[in-house]
Parts: sequence; structure tokens; C-alpha cells
Amino acid sequence: ALQISRGLWKKYGDKRVIDTPISEMGFAGIAVGAAMAGLRPVCEFMTFNFSMQAIDQVINSAAKTCYMSAGSIAVPIVFRGPNGASAGVAAQHSQCFAAWYGHCPGLKVVSPWSSEDSKGLLKASIRDDNPVVMLENELLYGVPFEMSEQAQSKDFIVPIGKAKIEREGTHVTLVSHSRPVGHCLEAAAVLAKEGVECEVVNLRTIRPMDIETVEASVVKTNHLVTVEGGWPQFGVGAEICARIMEGPAFNYLDAPAVRVTGADVPMPYAKILEDNCIPQVKDIIFAVKKTLNI
Amino acid sequence: PPLPQDFPVPEEKPQFPGASAEFADRLEFIQPNVISGIPVYRVMDRQGHVLSPDQDPQLPQEAVLKLYRTMTLLNTMDRILYESQRQGRISFYMTNYGEEGTHVGSAAALDASDLVFGQYREAGVLMYRGYPLDLFMAQCYGNASDTAKGRQMPVHYGCRERHFVTISSPLATQIPQAVGAAYAIKRSDGNRAVICYFGEGAASEGDAHAGFNFAATLECPIVFFCRNNGYAISTPTSEQYRGDGIGERNPEKGFQKRGLEG
Repeated sequence: ALQISRGLWKKYGDKRVIDTPISEMGFAGIAVGAAMAGLRPVCEFMTFNFSMQAIDQVINSAAKTCYMSAGSIAVPIVFRGPNGASAGVAAQHSQCFAAWYGHCPGLKVVSPWSSEDSKGLLKASIRDDNPVVMLENELLYGVPFEMSEQAQSKDFIVPIGKAKIEREGTHVTLVSHSRPVGHCLEAAAVLAKEGVECEVVNLRTIRPMDIETVEASVVKTNHLVTVEGGWPQFGVGAEICARIMEGPAFNYLDAPAVRVTGADVPMPYAKILEDNCIPQVKDIIFAVKKTLNI
Repeated sequence: PPLPQDFPVPEEKPQFPGASAEFADRLEFIQPNVISGIPVYRVMDRQGHVLSPDQDPQLPQEAVLKLYRTMTLLNTMDRILYESQRQGRISFYMTNYGEEGTHVGSAAALDASDLVFGQYREAGVLMYRGYPLDLFMAQCYGNASDTAKGRQMPVHYGCRERHFVTISSPLATQIPQAVGAAYAIKRSDGNRAVICYFGEGAASEGDAHAGFNFAATLECPIVFFCRNNGYAISTPTSEQYRGDGIGERNPEKGFQKRGLEG
């Protein structure tokens, strides 16, 4: 869907690129079975909202089988597709599943932002012997990014479980994943003009989360703002805050951490309502100023 | 000691619960496609001539006009709203092209209070029941006049007064819900039926199988209306299913079935 696999069918044919009847539970189950039998399937959900129709296969079968079989059955599957808010697609097409899937032991969960992230994380996910959920973003599909020579090389991978510092700074740490990383960089550019230098951390992986990179940054800047598209309760930001409190970086915080999240409502359709439910650059700037008390 | 003839011998039929089959002493597989398709009922031929006079429903002139007017209005609204979507004024639209007849025909056969569960391509049913044009438009534009307060994507209409359950995007989820509603109606002795519309693609969903099974086992007053237009998003029926169609599946499920050409 959304032309992500365009050209692949022409190149690799029916045996490797398969259109299925409409049953998410069905095709997710088929993919899990194929993985157990030795293939490396990539199972695409048109959006992760529809993964809810297959969630038993993802969690009870893919995620838990390696543990339940004491390691004798591997499920090297990748579930991928667009996640989170898009534009004008309302409640049943806009939910972010980072927190739900990030909650489950047995799964790895990645969330790319840039082209380099998308390419490197997909390749790493396919090569990983564990089930991986790759949360892409529909609005990012059309955004071009610079790619280094190295990133364009054939075997380039981005290791799962390592965050990336997209912008160095000294006054506040902004931690984010997926599309909001871009908003954080925009906010950082605006704030730089006022003399506030933000360090922007792109998580890249939700589970296992690279909290060490976040801690090292907080130790340096003493302030933390988390930014995510998902709902606030039990979210990615909540997890980051909990872990910071449990670790060495807590003693370096000069103010409570602030979470910037999507509004705690099902996503409405009308544009003016939708715009107010998604974290904007101005919301990030506001949160930074609040935590820095300026 | 007791004699063999003291023990009653069970009849020579398979004894597992619910079985009505006989024994066979030859191993033969039932071949697919041996059963030919369910016949397709029609009153008129393609030139509009009534084939058997006793099948002519003798509709009064005003009923026929209402059907025709609704179909034309629906088609006109579709063209305008589809254009709107292409121009970026609304983010999404689904047309009803070619299915206008099935909407108004089925709607006309229902009582006004029968409960309708649709998928997303049944606007003609709501239009036949008198839902005003400006409310269709308001819903698609998500403006202040929208009874759903701008919360739903376009074509996700709903109207409590006209017994049309609000459209929900995930496919086939309405099927078990429609069965549950029919069961609730049966339990309350309501003199109403439920009709559940879905496409041939949605019939692949697990919810469809579960819904059909429950309707049969709970014996619910429900009509399942499958709209087969040859495509599910972009997957053709040749890749969606094998066999003659959705009605042919699971003939033992205890349904009465008919194919219709609209």
C-alpha cells in the first residue's frame, strides 16, 4: 500500500511479493507461520491501526514464542507500516502504537525518522532473528532527506537499540521519535535565535530504548522535554521520565521533565480540530521555555 | 453373563454430536467448483423487459419515481463530492457508482425502522430514507453543521432517527455487531429486522466468518447483503477468494441465500 513496495514485485515476482485477501489476522498469522518455518517475512499493515485486528498474532504468537519455547522456535518477522497521525484521516486511522508495542517483552520496536533511519533500520530488522515492529510515518514518505555515501551503500544498517544525537546543544535535551524529531529540530532553530541551544535526540528504537544516550544528554543539559505524537497516558514520554528518575541522571535535573504529546482524545477529522491535537513546533518551544523558566 | 443382544447397537451412522452425514466406504474428495454457482435472481432482462409477469412487483408510479430520483440524486452528489476530493477540499470520498440500484432497492424493501449497518458505500440507503443533502455535505466537509461535530472522515454518515448506524472504517467489524443488534431485537420481541451491508473484500475478514456463524447459531432476524463489485481496494476478486462467490461459502451454515444482479 502507499507504493512502498512499488517496483519490488516487478523485480522479485509473485513468490516474494504477495497480495493477500483482506484479513489482517489471516495474513499476519500466515506470515508468523512462515517465519517459524524458516522464512524471513516482512508483513505490511496498511496502517498500524489495522494491526489491532491481528494483534493476537503479533503479541501472543510472534512476540512470546521464542520465550515460551525456551529459544527453540524463532520468529524472525518484521511487521511494518505507517503509524500515528496522518492528515485528515480521523480517529481510526491516526493512533500511535509505539507505547502499546513498546510495552511487550519479546518484541523489538523501531521508529525511523530520516531516510537513513528507514533504510538502516529496515535492513537491521529483517536481519534480526527477533520479531520487529517498524513504525513508519505516512507523512514522512514524501519528505526527502540528505543521505551520506555510507548510508547509500548496499549493506548499510542502523543498529537497533541505539539513539542518535541529531543536533548538539547545552541548555535542554529534547527526546523524540519519528516525525516529531523534525518538529524538534525546527523548534531548536527558532530557539537558537534566542540563545537557547537544544540537544535533539532521535530515539530511533523504542524497544530496547537507548536510555543511556538520553541520560548522558540530561547530565550535560540538566533539562528534559520529551516529544511524541502519541497519547500522554502510559506513553513513550512517561517511560523516559520514569527511567530518568530511576537512573543517575535524576540528580542532574534542574527542573521536572516536561512531556509534549498528542491530545488525549480520539483524533478528530476537521482540520482545525486535528491541528490542535498534534504537537506543533510552538508547543515544543512553549515546553522548553516552561522547563527553563524563561 | 449378559448376552450380546442385551446391549442396544447404535444405528450405523457417525455418532459425533451434530452430525447428519452418512458413512462412506470409498475415500473420495469433494472437488472444488463441482457445485455450480448459486443462481442469480432477476425480474427484468437487460433490456428492461419483465421476464415473468407473476414476478412483477407492480410498484406504484410514485414508488418508482422515488427510486429513480434517489438514484439520480446520489449519482449527482457523488460527482460533486468526488470532484471536491480531487480538488483537495475534502480529504477523502467514496463514490457509489454502479451500486445506486442496490442501495435504493434494498432500502425500499425495508421498513423505516429496520436497523442498517453499512460498511461505507451505502449512502443511497440513507438518502432513500430522507437524509437531507446538506447534512451529507456537512459531514463530508466536517463543518459546524455536521451532526458528528467534524470528528469523522467523509462518508462516515450516521443517523439515529433514520436507524442508520454510524459508519466505522475497519472492515467487517459491523458484521458481528449487526448480529448482536439483531439478537438484542429478537430478545426484546421487537418487530424489526437488521440488514448488514459489506463488500466482497470485507467478507475475507475473520469478523465476517464469526458474524455469520453467530447469526446461524443464535437464529437472528438479519439480512446479510454482500456488495460484490469485483474489487477490494485494489485487489481483484480473482485474488480475494476461490469459488463462485461469498454466498457459496459454507453452505451448511443454515442460511437462505440468493444472488442478485443489480
